[in-house]
Amino acid sequence: MIAWTIYVTFAGAIVLLVLPRGFARWVALVTAIAGFAIGVATFCQHDVDLAHFNTVVRVPWVPALGMNYHLALDGISLTLVLVTGIAAISSVLFSWDVTDRANEFFFWLFLVVGGSYGVFLSADLFLLFLFYELVIVPKYFLIAIFGSTNKEYGAMKLTLYSFFGGALVFLGIIAIYVTGGSLDLNQLAQFQFTPQLQSWAFPISFLGFAVLAGIWPFHTWAPTGHVAAPTAGSMLLAGIVMKLGAYAGLRVAMNLFPQGFQMWRTTIAVLAVVGIVYAAAVALRQRDLKFVIGYSSVSHMGFVLLGFATANVFGVSGAVLQMFSHGVIGALLFAVAGRMIYRRTRTRELDALSGMNLSRALPFAAFTFVVASAASMGIPGFSGFAAEITILIGAWKSYPLAVWITGAGMVLVAAFTLRALKRSFFDVDLANTAAAPPEMEPITIPEKLGAGLLMFATLAVGLYPKLLLDRIQPAVEAMRFLK
Amino acid sequence: MSYLELLKLAAPEAIVVVTALAVLTVGLTSTRAKALCPIVAAIGTAVAIGAVLMLPSHANLFGGMLVISPLNSLFKIICLVLALVTVPLASSEKSLRNPGEYIAVLLLGAVGLMLLVGSEELLMIFIGLELLGLSLYVMAAFDKSDVRSAEAGLKYFLFGSTASAFTLFGISFVYGMAGTTALAAIGQKLAAGPVQPLLAVGIVMTLIGFAFKIAAAPFHLWAPDAYQGAPIPSAAFIASGSKVASFVVLGKIVLVGFAPARGSADWHAMLAGWSPMLAVLAALSILLGNFVALAQANVRRLLAYSAVAHGGYTLLGIIAGGRDGFSATLFYTSVYAVTLIGTFAVVGVVRRDTSGDDLQNFAGLASRSPFLAASMSIFLLSLAGLPPLAGFFGKFYLFSAAFRAGGNHGLLWLVALALFGSFVSLYYYLIVLKVIFVDQTSSITPQPGQSNAGAARTSDLNVSTSLDLFSRITITLLAAAVLFLGLMPQTLAARILASLP
Repeated sequence: MIAWTIYVTFAGAIVLLVLPRGFARWVALVTAIAGFAIGVATFCQHDVDLAHFNTVVRVPWVPALGMNYHLALDGISLTLVLVTGIAAISSVLFSWDVTDRANEFFFWLFLVVGGSYGVFLSADLFLLFLFYELVIVPKYFLIAIFGSTNKEYGAMKLTLYSFFGGALVFLGIIAIYVTGGSLDLNQLAQFQFTPQLQSWAFPISFLGFAVLAGIWPFHTWAPTGHVAAPTAGSMLLAGIVMKLGAYAGLRVAMNLFPQGFQMWRTTIAVLAVVGIVYAAAVALRQRDLKFVIGYSSVSHMGFVLLGFATANVFGVSGAVLQMFSHGVIGALLFAVAGRMIYRRTRTRELDALSGMNLSRALPFAAFTFVVASAASMGIPGFSGFAAEITILIGAWKSYPLAVWITGAGMVLVAAFTLRALKRSFFDVDLANTAAAPPEMEPITIPEKLGAGLLMFATLAVGLYPKLLLDRIQPAVEAMRFLK
Repeated sequence: MSYLELLKLAAPEAIVVVTALAVLTVGLTSTRAKALCPIVAAIGTAVAIGAVLMLPSHANLFGGMLVISPLNSLFKIICLVLALVTVPLASSEKSLRNPGEYIAVLLLGAVGLMLLVGSEELLMIFIGLELLGLSLYVMAAFDKSDVRSAEAGLKYFLFGSTASAFTLFGISFVYGMAGTTALAAIGQKLAAGPVQPLLAVGIVMTLIGFAFKIAAAPFHLWAPDAYQGAPIPSAAFIASGSKVASFVVLGKIVLVGFAPARGSADWHAMLAGWSPMLAVLAALSILLGNFVALAQANVRRLLAYSAVAHGGYTLLGIIAGGRDGFSATLFYTSVYAVTLIGTFAVVGVVRRDTSGDDLQNFAGLASRSPFLAASMSIFLLSLAGLPPLAGFFGKFYLFSAAFRAGGNHGLLWLVALALFGSFVSLYYYLIVLKVIFVDQTSSITPQPGQSNAGAARTSDLNVSTSLDLFSRITITLLAAAVLFLGLMPQTLAARILASLP
């Protein structure tokens, strides 16, 4: 049944192409909800074995080359399918006012969403790579046509970085295919690649995927791309696309090349820690609110990579949880900055915002942003805390030093988040307190619904992380590199 | 061997020749009958495809002069299909004043393709090359009102005839050393002893001739001018049919005839032979083609340089050798040909609408004609190798075949280079798509003093497109084929693989 997430989404995209204008957003909303509903329904089924990557569909595709249309599901995939669904619904809700070329907009949007579902569910290496590359071009058009602020530059940079990563991955996949003699991920997970091959094929493929996850120093596409993208685009980029890289790095590079992973994991840990601290420090100096959030995404994705590098159950499960958590929180932050604020004030400059007394003009936006910031800083009760604490517990076993440095980095995260929060909403000019807040269009219902969904998700997982962890952990334990 | 039997086996070629003559006659009768020319040509080509299907599965005449095998028949069909889809392009091209003559020459070129594909003997191959070449020179220079077309024809002719001279010279050396011109016999002869220096000269010369044909760097210099200046259907045919046939023949010559002189292109064990030579050509083509394409402002020139790069990728399969490598090359070049005809068809419509084919002429195409914009993006993204289009699978197939070949992944360097090249190529394909989807038509500012500035310059969005029904159907079919071959690649790949011995 879970395979229908892919079909429904692509069908929605095609319907959008042929449909007359005016219906576009409703079709989009129905499609997104349908995808999410399928994910939730699978989540609620208790007889599904989520500890192993169990086949859902398997049809021969190109028998001559051993390619199959092969989908499978385990706890890790399911978690990411869920966050994809949430991000898709909320980004449609936050694009409710797109009227110019709306069909085209939602078409590109659903190609990204459908491709992402495909990556998370593929059990055939070629199929996974196909979906992975499928996402690249729609992103370009989403940003270059519908974006703002230097959009063509941002779009091109993002696309070229993704494709560069894709080229590295391509080489890795060919190496896996030719030496392993198969494209089936489950079969390949049993195959012993020679240490010599692993020593170069692992870094190539992991780095290729990690470019999309925003690994330092290949993260620079992320802030510019996020800033240039339309709100829904930023939400999807932060919410889903960066997870594609991390997920595929885990599922393909780490799981197939355990020895290569052991050789290189300290390097990954170092890059991850540098990324966390560096991106947080850079975010502290940004003037554009979206840049602050863009860098915070890089910082949060650093935690995912650190979790991977620990190579123990805690760290890796925490990393998967962090992917979910950041998918929700990142989307929420971008929704506030890109849609709630920018559409009404036409600026994202912190200096300009600071005099506007926004907390009184847009109380709901202020509330949402406070919640999102708290979640982003890792305040207990939100999903960010649950994920990051799990990662740090894992890291403590492998790299105690990394935990100390990351701890310092988290102070920086708190610092830039609070700074952005204060400058954007609560910087009230004392001489001017009596003045009435500026007149602004009130927050619309779709915006409230979208924000509500995201806030609910981060709270639910934050208060009861076992909800997801119970499904993630067995799947992580089944992975080969832990043994 | 009676003549009747020969005629039976050469029926497809004969049918195409007769069709060409018929088209010529119809074109001469009256001005109204001219409209019938494309239809006659299409029917004749379709009948010829039917005739190919009726051929026996194996036959060998006169020591390889005419060979019928599943592979040859398959590629005869592919060449005929490529000619068939070029016909509607020619019929909607208004600059060709004598469509009857043009289509007749096109059909004679198609006969050249079929002879090339269908023969395994050097002399016959040379005759095929010449027949094809002469037709293409005429086609390139056909637009008498355009000085660029004359330039394209002349350049193509000069380079092409030099290349033919090289090939013929090389063939004579090979004949001198091996004492035969049949490929299989040459292969056996060469296997008997070490490679003589004279033979090496012969092989190198023959390959140089083919390098011209497939526009591999550094023998690509004719390509940009020919692609840019020639009438659109000619450019499309040069880039597709001629290329497919050349790759089929090149593959047969080196993999069958010169098999013993193969050498090795592995990075840790280079060995003299044709494969390191082709590897160098491939590497140069990939680098030069992609980097020079970055700087082009004219879409047809851009396609020409990207064609150089694609020629380089395609060579990878031949260098890898074996059944796997050759079938990957054949799949890739067929898919490439289909894609490129489609691209040229779209360029042709844009050229008629805006009287130019520079990048800026494509501005706002998405709002002017969503159909053309969507088709163009399918073609270009397939060329860039993005899923779910045919080019993506083609690249995967080709690169994995090359990676598998050689001892200890010796061709890794070429594969890495090719991947780097396709990374670079995405940039210029995306620039074209950006102009189509993002830029607005109003951004074109008429340049004073330019001869065609006033005519169809478009500051309003309501430019009518001259997209006629035939072109629309052709473009739709080609785009559908690219998508279909991407989703269901085994329909073609399995057939090619099965037809290889």
